[in-house]
Amino acid sequence: MFVPCGDSVPDLAGFTFLMPAVSVGNVGQLAIDLIISTLNMCKIGYFYTDCLVPMVGNNPYATAEENSTELSINAEVYSLPSKKLVALQLRSIFIKYKSKPFCEKLLSWVKSSNCAKVIVLSSSHSYHRNDLQLRSTPFRYLLTPFLQKTVQNKIKSLNWEEMEKSPCIPEIDDSEFCIRIPGGGITKTLYDEGYSVMTPQHLPCSGKCQVHGDYSLAVVFLLRFFDLFSVL
Amino acid sequence: MAATFFGEVVKAPCRAGTEDQEEEEDERRETAEDREVRRQLARKREVRLFRRQTKTSLEVSLLEKYPCSKFIIAIGNNAVAFLSSFVMNSGVWEEVGCAKLWNEWCRTTDTVHLSPTDAFCVFYHLKSNPSVLLCQCSCYVAEDQQYQWLDKVFGSCPRRNMQVTVLTCRHVTDYKTAESTSSLHSPFLKALKTENFKEPPCCSLLEQPNIVHDLPAAVLSYCQVWKIPAILYLCYTDVMKLDLITVGAFKPVLSSRSLKGLVKNIPQSTEILKKLMTTNEIQSNIYT
Repeated sequence: MFVPCGDSVPDLAGFTFLMPAVSVGNVGQLAIDLIISTLNMCKIGYFYTDCLVPMVGNNPYATAEENSTELSINAEVYSLPSKKLVALQLRSIFIKYKSKPFCEKLLSWVKSSNCAKVIVLSSSHSYHRNDLQLRSTPFRYLLTPFLQKTVQNKIKSLNWEEMEKSPCIPEIDDSEFCIRIPGGGITKTLYDEGYSVMTPQHLPCSGKCQVHGDYSLAVVFLLRFFDLFSVL
Repeated sequence: MAATFFGEVVKAPCRAGTEDQEEEEDERRETAEDREVRRQLARKREVRLFRRQTKTSLEVSLLEKYPCSKFIIAIGNNAVAFLSSFVMNSGVWEEVGCAKLWNEWCRTTDTVHLSPTDAFCVFYHLKSNPSVLLCQCSCYVAEDQQYQWLDKVFGSCPRRNMQVTVLTCRHVTDYKTAESTSSLHSPFLKALKTENFKEPPCCSLLEQPNIVHDLPAAVLSYCQVWKIPAILYLCYTDVMKLDLITVGAFKPVLSSRSLKGLVKNIPQSTEILKKLMTTNEIQSNIYT
């Protein structure tokens, strides 16, 4: 559930809701970290849930001695009212069998907050790319049917490529095709719930997780993401 | 997947989140029998609070039954030994509850006849001032049990008019710093506090990028979200088993407001601690 920092619940009607999927290389989370710190977003509350492994630490976005001692927990909500932007940061993994209940609780809150749209920043294993994908950029988007009608052409004009369908069972030749996001965590679950726009990225790495705190790919991802964000 | 030195292929842990996809596939393939096994395992792993004296379960949360102004929680054997020697021996404490839980690391099933080396989680209040509550938790509370523990102890109605102090240890290899590790003199104490905790801590605060997990993190998160003043004192040590020097590293906490009035005779407490160490050493041998 959402618990505000202050005494009143902030009004998020019409806001764009940004969140990461806990996915390969933690790229989505690193990107959200960059967004929050670059735009100097304010913490407005916590998404208190029994679905994520507990963790605490001091303020990761500290800019001075005074704000370095603010405690941070595993799921926090930040906002930038001037841009009608709200961001959820997830800092730990899901407890076993709790990822689906988390998606349900989260989407229920987003719906009741009347947010205009939800954008999920995610990533996927690069070793799952086919030959065509290997020759193109490592960024993809995925839109829910409603947004497909309104923004698809604008996105294509920015040279973003839509996520391709791949065989549901790769080992079988005549297998059906579907959207697969290996290493994408809850991305597919959120997409199937029909509320998400996703920007999965194929990581150009050997399939192992990136070095902790390596922001380089997150930066490249974000730079490409912001022109897409202007369309959305 | 990764290959070990011996050439066997093993599944390496990864932060990728692939476990969620495997979980989804497992759920799709699950039969009614699998679901029943999962339900029974979940029931076995439930956290229950009860009173050992009356052998009855607590109907409500612990803090609902025993509201307090000070709640001191020791997690891990060194923190437990510190409170046993310095705090519990300075007053008369009455047991008010015990948490019964089972997981792969904590297999204590009989909590009526506990031996000193058994893992346990017991709650006490001070007879002369029942608003002071203490928890001695030497068992590991698994991640799927931590929120249950919070719910059973703190309940669903958070109380802001209390102060929570948590004591625990972590291995010094978990401590991240830009300084050379040769300059670290373990054991050393670090603190993390919630926004509503206004007192100065008894040691320096834990710097980024260090984080805390497990039950101490669950307690502190709860207190931060519900605006309860709370502080966690974390002792980084290179000896995780019961150790005199590690326990001694908590001594600065004795000057905190939470513990100040509770400790009467420090030299006597030190003697009690030494006896506790000796008892523990007799119990252990090269096979344990």
